[in-house]
Amino acid sequence: MYLTPAQTLLMILAIAAGTQLTRWLPFLLFPESRRPPAVVTYLGWALPPAVMGLLVVYCLKNVSLLAAPHGIPEAAAVAATVILHRWRGNVLLSIAGGTAIYMLLVQLVFV
Amino acid sequence: MLPDKRPDRVRGMGAERPIKTRGRMRALRAALPATIPVLTGYLCLGMAYGVLMATKGYGPLWSTLMSAIAFGGSMQFVAITLLTTAFHPLQAFLLSVMVNARHMFYGLSLLDKYRGLGKVRAYLIYVLSDETFSIVSTVEPPADVERKDFYFFISLLDYCYWVGATALGGLLGSVITFDTTGMDFALTALFVVLFLEQWKKKENRPSGVIGLICTAASLALFGADNLVIPAMILITAVLLGGRKKLCT
Repeated sequence: MYLTPAQTLLMILAIAAGTQLTRWLPFLLFPESRRPPAVVTYLGWALPPAVMGLLVVYCLKNVSLLAAPHGIPEAAAVAATVILHRWRGNVLLSIAGGTAIYMLLVQLVFV
Repeated sequence: MLPDKRPDRVRGMGAERPIKTRGRMRALRAALPATIPVLTGYLCLGMAYGVLMATKGYGPLWSTLMSAIAFGGSMQFVAITLLTTAFHPLQAFLLSVMVNARHMFYGLSLLDKYRGLGKVRAYLIYVLSDETFSIVSTVEPPADVERKDFYFFISLLDYCYWVGATALGGLLGSVITFDTTGMDFALTALFVVLFLEQWKKKENRPSGVIGLICTAASLALFGADNLVIPAMILITAVLLGGRKKLCT
């Protein structure tokens, strides 16, 4: 430990406060008692699919296409997840299958 | 429906409680399978976090405390560096706001779903994570389950997984021999699957494509460490610009 326990605790609280601010802000700006402006309702409706896209890319952000293995394990595992999901439509099966293939590839094939 | 063998439990004063409890159990049973991928991913990342903190001299008590209070996956990893340098709480606060800025999108999208939920709402907002948001905004609770209970159990389970995994990693991280490399891909796969679930509705598709392209563009322009805020701005701008087209 580099900080004293009291300092560490304050750091934890500061980090928590920052996180909490981002979680509460929309709910504080647009409280339950008032109807939010139409543009906010529109964003609330339009954002979720875009956010899923953002999170997928975010998860893959450290994959390098130039260096070996050129993103092949990630591409293969995402493809497997998509194909499984299109085929069976079972959320757990698609995720388990994609993850298993990814683990197999990074542990045994592209080591 | 079978006739109820214990009519006293349905009628009269004591009626409310067992029915409510049963409803909660149904909600838990509906929520549990939806969170299993999160369990897999968090187990991996949360334990990694506990182990990493331990190597920096912060035992399970500290790492679990951080997970329980701050509860913000990526920021906690960033914070390891902050805990091992000079004491700058304001810098930590500001960095935490920036790293977690994407949560504002989640709140905006959940204004409607989290309306009128009573006391539970504050907890739902306190523990709103990427994974909880993704599930809550994509998966509909079964017809016989109260929305409020469904959201509560998704949030609670995800929270427990993260805090529990951190404690586990801090306690016995060094003795685990099973190779978990790549297991955290479960979270990537979860988002891919939820993206596909959103994709099922035709009216969601333009927004999904906008999300992918804007984030990829900001990854190319700003690099892996600074992509989120530019991506958020870009997505908002494009969605607002295309509002008339997307609304039809």
